Amino acid sequence: MILAIDTSAGTTVAVVDRDRGVLAERTESDTRRHAEVVGSLIESALAGAGVAPADLSAVVAGVGPGPYTGLRVGIVAARVFAFGVGRPCLALASHDAIAFARLTAGEGGSGSVAVPSGRVDAPLVVVTDARRREVAWTAYRGLDDEGLPVRVEGPSLVKPADLDDALGASSASPRTDPDDTVVSAAALGMLAERMFEHGRGFADPAPLYLREPDVTVSAGPKPVGR
Amino acid sequence: MNPTRASSAPRSAASSDAPASSDGAGSPTGPLVLGIETSCDETGVGIVRGTTLLANVISSSMDEHARYGGVVPEVAARAHLDAMQPALEAALAEAGVTLDELDAIAVTSGPGLAGALMVGVGAAKALALATGKPLYAVNHLVGHVGADVLRADGSELELPTIALLVSGGHTSLLHVRDLVDDVELLGETIDDAAGEAFDKVARLLGLPYPGGPQIDRVAADGDPAAIRFPRGLTLPKDLVKHRYDFSFSGLKTAVARWVERRRDEGGAVPVADVAASFREAVADVLLTKALAACADLGVPRLLLGGGVVANARVRQLALERCEAAGVELRVPPLSLCTDNGAMIAALGAQLVARGHAPSPLDFGADSTLPVTTVQAV
Ligand SMILES: [Zn+2]
Repeated sequence: MILAIDTSAGTTVAVVDRDRGVLAERTESDTRRHAEVVGSLIESALAGAGVAPADLSAVVAGVGPGPYTGLRVGIVAARVFAFGVGRPCLALASHDAIAFARLTAGEGGSGSVAVPSGRVDAPLVVVTDARRREVAWTAYRGLDDEGLPVRVEGPSLVKPADLDDALGASSASPRTDPDDTVVSAAALGMLAERMFEHGRGFADPAPLYLREPDVTVSAGPKPVGR
Repeated sequence: MNPTRASSAPRSAASSDAPASSDGAGSPTGPLVLGIETSCDETGVGIVRGTTLLANVISSSMDEHARYGGVVPEVAARAHLDAMQPALEAALAEAGVTLDELDAIAVTSGPGLAGALMVGVGAAKALALATGKPLYAVNHLVGHVGADVLRADGSELELPTIALLVSGGHTSLLHVRDLVDDVELLGETIDDAAGEAFDKVARLLGLPYPGGPQIDRVAADGDPAAIRFPRGLTLPKDLVKHRYDFSFSGLKTAVARWVERRRDEGGAVPVADVAASFREAVADVLLTKALAACADLGVPRLLLGGGVVANARVRQLALERCEAAGVELRVPPLSLCTDNGAMIAALGAQLVARGHAPSPLDFGADSTLPVTTVQAV
């Protein structure tokens, strides 16, 4: 059983099981309340699944791309929760979870990611809002023989007007709409279960930092009003 | 899974503070609390049992900010994420306790840099849920006062007290009547924090970051009376509205103008005199206002906290002025004055000991959390 946490857009938390599928998923779509809601969503997902922390075999974090301030909340929560229960913390690109959900949707319906039989040739470009008038994109070829998304290129940042040029050969592929692309922790968790089952490696649970830090020196916290 | 670009390896700041054992009120039966602090550029994890310090691990990203001359919030937040788990592991090892043994977890929920605070809040919530331990969201500034209960000499913090908390992130004057439920903000900086002023003046004088220790070093050979720099918000008209508030932006500008004028005239800048005179202006205004508060409110006690306490002149002037005014001065050990997790744990332990309920799970990072909110509830 895996606890999956993603804060690359809103906050989404799920508890999944390789055999029993998605046991619970909780989502808050507000993209500015990660620190507030992450705890309650973890608690509620575990309760909804009827799973105690000690029953988990791993925690998986979505590592973006996504706005860094929120993204870090989910990653630090996943790392520390895993540390707290003495289990490994795995990591996956959030775009991989979006692609996995889209490419398997026909077989399981939304909310329960079913096991696709295998290879699916269905090119797809996942496009998400990256703020500052840019989008983040990752191009996929489809699913491989084990039903896992095959990344062709990305993730990268680009201005929407330049997306066609950036995509090159993938420019004809269907794209997700950045205003309507949500990442599901259930998909993230099921993808992690699937990868684990097939002995695939995981990334370091560190954010996909696609931008250098802005060098604006802090003016300190604003004075407190009285 | 270990961060590769972790700022500095977590180091322990506790070695010089031998755990106190004489204070029967706290140890050895007080609550065992782990505290997490990420409000600025130090990732702090501390563990206390009641009023006894067991671990104080601090991982600082100060070096990464040096080339920018000040704390860069995104750089600080990245470093907090990298440092969090290693700091937790190091603190538990240092204290010789397991997560199972903890009675509670405490975390800074504000004030501070929002993105930095969020890393600590996310970590603390996850740790509390993974271990089933109650979680207390506490105020960073009150944490600085709470650090005093960890003094190795075991002497008890007497209340009420005036507290002067000065660092690169804050400059605040507090009236503390009760550590967990009666803290009043008397005044604070209306522009730069005092520590920031040290950084900016150091840069002006061609000295590296952080500026405090550098100014202190060169000022040792200077004449503090060489140049009369302005004392912000001390004129009678300012005192009406800002009796206990601070302002350092005018001072910084005055130093810059003075140095520019000297350079324009083709003269050498007497760095030691400028540093000493600037430092004197800061120390003077800090302690004048703090002691005014002691006198006005009839509170014969002053507690210092925050990284600027490391400044030799601030400490010395505090001693002189307090002695002259008959005010008892308390200065926690330096490792507990700079931002750290032990002070957050100590405040958490006070809340537990006083029977306060844990914070609800949906508190957020509040960059402007007022001092009247000792615990987010
Ligand atoms: Zn501080």
